[in-house]
Amino acid sequence: MITIENLSKRYGDNTVVDDVSMQIEKNSITVIVGTSGSGKSTLLRMINRLVEPSAGRVLLEGRDTRSEPAHLLRRRIGYAIQGHGLFPHRTVAENIATVPRLLGWAPERVKARVEELLHVFQLDPAKYSAAFPHELSGGQQQRVGVARALAAEPQVLLMDEPFGALDPIIRAKAQEDLLDIQRRFGTTVVLVTHDMDEAFHLGDRVAVMSGGRLLQYDEPAQLLTHPADPFVSRMTGLGDRALRLLSLTSAAAVALPGAAPGPKLQASASLREALSEMLWSGSQSCEVIGIEGGAPAHLTVDAILEHARPG
Amino acid sequence: MMRTATLLRLLALALLVSFLIVPQKFAPVFAPLTQYGAPPIYDQGNLLGLAIAHLGTVLLAAALSTVVAVGLGILVTRPAGREFLPLSRTLVNIGQTFPPVAVLAVTVPLVGFGEKPTLIALFAYGLLPIFENTIVALQTTPKAVMEAANGMGMSAGQRLVSVELPLAMPLILEGIRLSLVINVGTATIGSTVAAKGLGEVIIAGLLSNNTAFVLQGGLVTALMAVLLYDAMVGLERRVCRAVQVE
Amino acid sequence: MTSGAINPPAERAWPRLDRLGTLLVAAGAAALAGLPFVVVKANRLVPGEPRALTEVLPPTGSAACLAPLVVLSLVALFVARPRLRLAAALAALVGLSVTLALAADALTPPHNRVVRIAAGGGFWVVLVCLGLLATDAITRLRPGPGRRVLFLAGALTFVVAALASGFFDHLSVMREYQVNAERFGRELRQHVLLALGSLLAAVVAGAPLGVLCHRIPRIREGILGTLNVIQTVPAIALFGILMAPLGALAAAWPLLERIGVRGIGAAPAAVALFLYSLLPIVANTVLGLKRVSRAAVEAARGMGMMPRQVLWRIELPLALPVILTGIRVVLVQNIGMVTVAALIGGGGLGTFVFQGIGQTAIDLVLLGAIPIVVLAFCAAVLLDALVEVMDRVKQ
Repeated sequence: MITIENLSKRYGDNTVVDDVSMQIEKNSITVIVGTSGSGKSTLLRMINRLVEPSAGRVLLEGRDTRSEPAHLLRRRIGYAIQGHGLFPHRTVAENIATVPRLLGWAPERVKARVEELLHVFQLDPAKYSAAFPHELSGGQQQRVGVARALAAEPQVLLMDEPFGALDPIIRAKAQEDLLDIQRRFGTTVVLVTHDMDEAFHLGDRVAVMSGGRLLQYDEPAQLLTHPADPFVSRMTGLGDRALRLLSLTSAAAVALPGAAPGPKLQASASLREALSEMLWSGSQSCEVIGIEGGAPAHLTVDAILEHARPG
Repeated sequence: MMRTATLLRLLALALLVSFLIVPQKFAPVFAPLTQYGAPPIYDQGNLLGLAIAHLGTVLLAAALSTVVAVGLGILVTRPAGREFLPLSRTLVNIGQTFPPVAVLAVTVPLVGFGEKPTLIALFAYGLLPIFENTIVALQTTPKAVMEAANGMGMSAGQRLVSVELPLAMPLILEGIRLSLVINVGTATIGSTVAAKGLGEVIIAGLLSNNTAFVLQGGLVTALMAVLLYDAMVGLERRVCRAVQVE
Repeated sequence: MTSGAINPPAERAWPRLDRLGTLLVAAGAAALAGLPFVVVKANRLVPGEPRALTEVLPPTGSAACLAPLVVLSLVALFVARPRLRLAAALAALVGLSVTLALAADALTPPHNRVVRIAAGGGFWVVLVCLGLLATDAITRLRPGPGRRVLFLAGALTFVVAALASGFFDHLSVMREYQVNAERFGRELRQHVLLALGSLLAAVVAGAPLGVLCHRIPRIREGILGTLNVIQTVPAIALFGILMAPLGALAAAWPLLERIGVRGIGAAPAAVALFLYSLLPIVANTVLGLKRVSRAAVEAARGMGMMPRQVLWRIELPLALPVILTGIRVVLVQNIGMVTVAALIGGGGLGTFVFQGIGQTAIDLVLLGAIPIVVLAFCAAVLLDALVEVMDRVKQ
């Protein structure tokens, strides 16, 4: 668990982060979202002390992060950034091994960990271990960047616009990978982005920042249904908020028992996708497949619309 | 293409070495340049010895310059030395307008004649390109790479040794190459202040109006410079490949 | 430490010590205390006896002269504003020079034209420290190109006027100048002529060659490689090598000899400098043309410009700053290399340098070397300013 208490950062008269307090739950993904200059990156970078706070403190598992030297703290926290920041003079394997080596792991353990991570990130070790970063595609570089951040099995992974430099298709894939990996390792992820869709898609909880202040910190649905500030509604978008709300619920969560006519839909699809599918095929219902236990299930347009408004 | 270049290089090296070892065999080549039966091959000293002394002075000066320039370059790019950075950059710019001959001439009054002023002048002049390139290289480490190194918990020293310096190496080597090539030429002028080197041959030729001597001294120096240049370029390519900088 | 008790309030009252200032003030003070301020020589060739500043001037005199230095030290240690630091450094430079001149006056017996008073190590180190302080202040002020040139012109005028006033006449370098005044003017002119003339020829020949290299990639490597090799031939050697063919030419065609083509003298020097100058000009022309954005060239062609029009109206103007950078390199390099021309009778300020080295007359060396450095420095400042202006115009 990460506890942020009254954290501020000032540069001269300029307050970049203004008295922010929040609790980040273990094993969750928290997304900090805001426009550029909102202080979101600075807030993130104060967690691993790449930026030293002007006031307030950060507790990691109840322990003040200032109780140890900054570089030792950072070795326990994963950090992935936009444009990956891979060391161009080191191979993929050496890049991933950076922090384990700094921590003095035995060579066999380092090697095993590197191979494990390459498998997890779908990079064939035989082909990619000895490759240099510039020989990889953008998506692969980004994956190596995240693998490197996770190499020393950190409890916490900080990500600063990690997918900002990727094109939309690779980006979607990278987001799915992140969700998978977070589930697999149970890492606590704090991710900064300016992309609201990304925030809603990835975040268990979303923190909206503007002008250095934390406007709202809540579950995504709450941001839509109970925005704490006009800026939050503007960030989340008024025009399609009903559809966004639908996108937060999966078909499996609200499927009705029994079979029904209409197109087939995967249980993991969102209600937004279900509605779109029904509108497209002109059907009032659809069949949900892949529910756990294999029981027949369905959805109707009316049932979906129930979930498209606040309350 | 690559083949011809390698062949040319080997040929040049072979020519240089054989001329230095058995210069008299080349007498017929230089004889047409002499008048009134003057000797076609430099006979007032051992050519090989002079070439070695020349090269030795240049290499020693380059080694000293490298150590000092890289050290200073590291110093002014650390937080503790940052106050000196703007001045250092200006000094490098101004320093490079100083003609090497003037540096040499001004050194003589300070330390007297002989090897010393040459060594000092070569050292001082050789500092500049290496220092400049070190600063530029250390300041242009990609931001994302620095950020990643810090974020992963490298200490400042670890970052310098395992990230910044390796990435700076190609540019630093280029600086060393520039200063080596300039110095091979400048060292010939050292002979006007009684330093041992190939300049002796050239100056002897100028004094006795013997073009053969001038040509010998000039060609040997030029060949040495070209081969050094070439060797350094080869080394740079290798390091570039290891550092993966295009 | 006993001073521990008084240190904290002192730190609060004064801003943090300036690191560069501390270093330079310490070096300057050490040099003044430990090294001779002037050297007294019975004549221009014998080694001199060192004299510290306090031995030279009466206490009140040296105190008055050193006041600007003390003020400067305080400014250098505690004041951060570059404008003030520059003013203090310049004032101290004037103070230091006046001190030197007064010391020379005091040490020169009346009507004695043989004894030489030269600046000693202490003076030179302090001069360098002051120069560094002034340079640092100017760097921090970041003056634009116009201001830099104006500042340089002002400083030069001031220095020349001061030297012409006769105030410094008792200094040994000035003594040397008085002896060689007429020759000095001639060699200076020769130096500048050789440097500029070979530059001009190199631009006239090199720029078209660069365009050619850009247009025909096949010949690029060969030409640049050849020019690169020429650059590695040491200057004295190239001068010497060219003596033979030029001498032969002159012997064959007396007409050529009449217009100055000779085996010795300025001709081989001019040809050698021309050859050295080609590489930076050609290489920078190629580089400049290569950097011209493809979009601009495509657009020009798309609008129906002929290749020649594209070259003159689009490519060359856009490449000009880079070509000018090449010209700057050449001019500075030439000013230095002309020095060596003296060895083959080419004249120029190098004459004094090598004569001085030959006679172990340090003052004569300085009489040649100092103006060379000043010339090269002025050329660099002027052309840097020009490049900057061109770059701004381009944007």
